[in-house]
Amino acid sequence: MGGYILKRILSAVPVLLGITVIVFLIMAMIPGDPATAILGSYATPENVERLNRHLGLDQPLWRQYFTWLGNLLQGDFGRSFALNRPVLDEILDRFSATLILAGTAFVLCALLGIAAGVVSAARQYGLADKAITLVVILGISIPSFFLGMMMILLFAVKLRWLPASGMYSIWGGGDLPDLIRHLSMPALALAVVATGVIARLSRGAMLEVLRQDFIRTARAKGVHERRVIWGHALRAAMVGIIPVLGIQAGFVLSGAVYIEMVFQWPGVGRMLVDAILKRDILLVQGGVVFIAACYVGFNILVDVAQSLLDPRIRT
Amino acid sequence: MAFSALTRRGFGVLTAALLATSALVAPVTAQTPPGVLVVGQIAEPQSLDPHAVTAVNDFRILMNIYEGLVRYAPGTLEVEPALAEAWEISEDGTVYIFTLREGVTFHDGSALDAEAVVFNFQRMLNEDHPYHNTGPFPLSFFFGAVQGVEALDARTVRFTLNEPYAPFLSNLAYPTGLIISPAAVMQHGAAFGRNPSGTGPFRFAEWRSNERVVVTRNDSYWGENAALDAVVFRPITDANTRVAEMLSGGIDVMVEVPPVALSQFTGANYTVHEQAGPHVWFLILNALEGPFADVRVRQAANYAINREAIVRDVLEGTATVAAGPTPPAFAWAYNTDLEPYPYDPDRARALIAEAGAEGAQLTFYVTEGGSGMLDPVAMGTAIQADLAAVGFDVRIETYEWNTFLGRVNPGLQGKADMAQMAWMTNDPDTLPFLALRTAAWPEQGGFNSGYYSNPEVDALLEAARVATDQDERARLYREMQVIVQQDAPWVFVANWMQNAVTSDRVGGFSLEPSFFLLLGDVTKN
Repeated sequence: MGGYILKRILSAVPVLLGITVIVFLIMAMIPGDPATAILGSYATPENVERLNRHLGLDQPLWRQYFTWLGNLLQGDFGRSFALNRPVLDEILDRFSATLILAGTAFVLCALLGIAAGVVSAARQYGLADKAITLVVILGISIPSFFLGMMMILLFAVKLRWLPASGMYSIWGGGDLPDLIRHLSMPALALAVVATGVIARLSRGAMLEVLRQDFIRTARAKGVHERRVIWGHALRAAMVGIIPVLGIQAGFVLSGAVYIEMVFQWPGVGRMLVDAILKRDILLVQGGVVFIAACYVGFNILVDVAQSLLDPRIRT
Repeated sequence: MAFSALTRRGFGVLTAALLATSALVAPVTAQTPPGVLVVGQIAEPQSLDPHAVTAVNDFRILMNIYEGLVRYAPGTLEVEPALAEAWEISEDGTVYIFTLREGVTFHDGSALDAEAVVFNFQRMLNEDHPYHNTGPFPLSFFFGAVQGVEALDARTVRFTLNEPYAPFLSNLAYPTGLIISPAAVMQHGAAFGRNPSGTGPFRFAEWRSNERVVVTRNDSYWGENAALDAVVFRPITDANTRVAEMLSGGIDVMVEVPPVALSQFTGANYTVHEQAGPHVWFLILNALEGPFADVRVRQAANYAINREAIVRDVLEGTATVAAGPTPPAFAWAYNTDLEPYPYDPDRARALIAEAGAEGAQLTFYVTEGGSGMLDPVAMGTAIQADLAAVGFDVRIETYEWNTFLGRVNPGLQGKADMAQMAWMTNDPDTLPFLALRTAAWPEQGGFNSGYYSNPEVDALLEAARVATDQDERARLYREMQVIVQQDAPWVFVANWMQNAVTSDRVGGFSLEPSFFLLLGDVTKN
């Protein structure tokens, strides 16, 4: 087992190195530079050159890359031009907000999606199955940012039940109920699409398992139907469901970018959008590498979890 | 049946969850307490170091934390004393001596004295200064004319300029001239921008990335204390969400209301504020080559574009038609005799025929958005249609803002015939000096991207810059405006009126022509 985990971790190294090269090159190639972005209308060639020199952007590209990579390996992500603070501080601040949002959405979509999938499969072609399928298809089809805007209009502007945006009340607040009030709309909007996908695939996985002999045997033995479904069948189906959860976790994380914009959630997705518009090179690069590392790490966890459930994978 | 039992239990859980949620839901409307003003900003500030920033959005916060030696008198763009009680200007306009107000302290407790003022300008301008590396200071060229700054005694500061430079006082009133605490810079170094200390009516309290910047009342302020206990600045980048927050009571003041959203705030619960500012939105015409090299075609473009319709229908009345290169907000320097070009497509067609430019193909640079650019895509499309009506074949090329600046600022030669642009400045000198003089062509480091050149205009602008008498300067600027309007190096399109909405809980609020947001007199119940 230990060897398997080590192998997976080692295989992640070239992936991450490749990501550093790609994100560095993309930032080097997109038109516009941080000096122009900072100076705005005052970006005369002379001012731009002076500022670029100050920011170290007059160096050859390869030198910039290796300086950045060298610092990165020592845990130094550099300093954001636009925010004038260490990149890593900003990422960690913002990433925790994203984790709360994406984590809640992920738990929501996993629980709701699997439950809906299991109920659908148990009641194949029944009324419950048809109703769930309809809701799921609606959920998959609606763009999450649109849903988010509609939710704001209804729950914040019309009914005034929930705050329209932000993570905590602007004054006072800051406790758990306050967080939950701010979290409920964005988490739900973010979870909807993934819930649908997980529900569909769980249904398929369950149907396959339910046709197998050991289920018939269990029923023949007189095991209670609830136990057959939620005990025997679901456990076997999880092997097929867990990789889907892993992929959906990635979707939830990337979908958080839109949702963070709509709900002004102070997360890492919104940070990246702002940073790209401001050509805040080090913040973009650091943020992308950090997210990629998290994503790779999460995939390793999923693989390990799957290999625990199904030893055949560990080869 | 197993499942109906499950459903019943599920229903119970759901009911419990709903009850729990409604308990959390109740007290939203009481979200913002009295005495605490919540301002919906359009973006996260870059820094709270006034010498390091360039955006109006950041200025709105800074002007409440810091003060300069001078400031704009309320409702005008003319300077009056602030941290300096008085000043003297030498006969030749190159030496300025300021006398500082007595007994002023920074929020960190250190004293505002002449040495502190010297520190401020040395840090920005002198590359050998020990704290110069706490920059960069992108707008330090505002003080490029400053040759030396010395403390004569504890309350007297002398600036020596390398040549007479009339906008100097006005630049001191700009955020780049705000005075920061040297003690705080020494303590925090490059992190000063997140730990600011000034002399203003509010002191910095907290900055949570992309959530809020909080300032609280400075009780040891030298002037009259602010009425508010605190101000919270919230960055809400998405305009729709900003409107939703205003409608749901999450913010008390919203700046830069999108024109299409203004109709939402017509009720008695809201007040809409409007204020013309020193902004001009124009089209740069390539006067070096192509059809616009002929002054008649440039004038034709001014006649052909229906600016009234753009201002009314695209901008929903949030701007006025521009008559010339200088915005009317510079009341003392604006030529009130100037009438905008009327909308007259027939006249335009005649001029185009006279110049033999019928059916010319034009490349038009449009941006997706950017500082002061209002609604550039919709405006660009309207302009394209108006020019098509007089026979031009206009091809639009759209670029994201930074890319756009990277194409336009180096000059339009060989690339385009026209480009959108907008400027907000603090002095009538800035824009024409940087964008209309022959010596400001891009290769010489200016912003005259359309290569306009008229020696008469050059002479007027040079003379106005060194004249220390304001009436004389005004006369020169008025003359310049008449010539530039005739020469039509630009299509003068619009002067933006900044707007803001306040809720009925807010009192004493007004907007300034400088686009600053001054909250010292504002109240909230």
